[in-house]
Amino acid sequence: MKLLRGRDLVCRQAVELMTDYLEGRLSRVERRRFEAHLARCPHCTEYLAQLRETIRLAGQPAAPEELPPQLRDDLIQLYRQWQSE
Amino acid sequence: MLRLAASFVPSRAVAEEVVQDTWLAMLRGIGSFEGRSSLKTWLFQILVNRARTTGTREQRSTPVVDPARFDGAGGWADPPAEWISAADDLRLAARIRKWIDLLPERQRQVVLLRDVEGLTAADACAVLAVSEENQRVLLHRGRSRLRQLCEDEYREAQ
Repeated sequence: MKLLRGRDLVCRQAVELMTDYLEGRLSRVERRRFEAHLARCPHCTEYLAQLRETIRLAGQPAAPEELPPQLRDDLIQLYRQWQSE
Repeated sequence: MLRLAASFVPSRAVAEEVVQDTWLAMLRGIGSFEGRSSLKTWLFQILVNRARTTGTREQRSTPVVDPARFDGAGGWADPPAEWISAADDLRLAARIRKWIDLLPERQRQVVLLRDVEGLTAADACAVLAVSEENQRVLLHRGRSRLRQLCEDEYREAQ
């Protein structure tokens, strides 16, 4: 049974659906349409991979040297205080 | 049904999909139909709900990718530059942390809670007192902006 009578998704529309896709918020029909587009579009597949990479990078903890010095000192102070209690 | 759906969405093709989707949803949910309204009212409630969600989605005011990067048919004319393998060399993780601070306030809050702190969508909605739909739009805009900045950084380094 062919359910998709509507026109195929184009890239301009696909990029707007990426977050809904990652969040699992597309309906079954929408998801199938989106995945069918990805299957034949290497650029949108790359775009989705880049969004995933962006999310992964955003979740990486900051190295201590990136903290402002004042904040770092405060944190160290706080940690010592907590340890001595 | 088709005309009603069409009043919510931008094109006839999309309206047809909403109608198909509605029938599917009805078939799947028929077991939970409690008969508090007529079957017809229930069917139209599903239709309007779906059409409304689809309508908001397809008409999201500002596109997240510069429209000039697509050709007339909506395909990529200027496809995304492949920066993933250069992410470490460009120290993109550190840069992203700084770029997050430059996002518009509500996007920044959602991205911080979801992608930096790892909260679930439901928790982020509760913390910020925003609807799920709104949370998702903000997340979409914020993440898309950060991805674009990574690409810009990569292109500049080339």
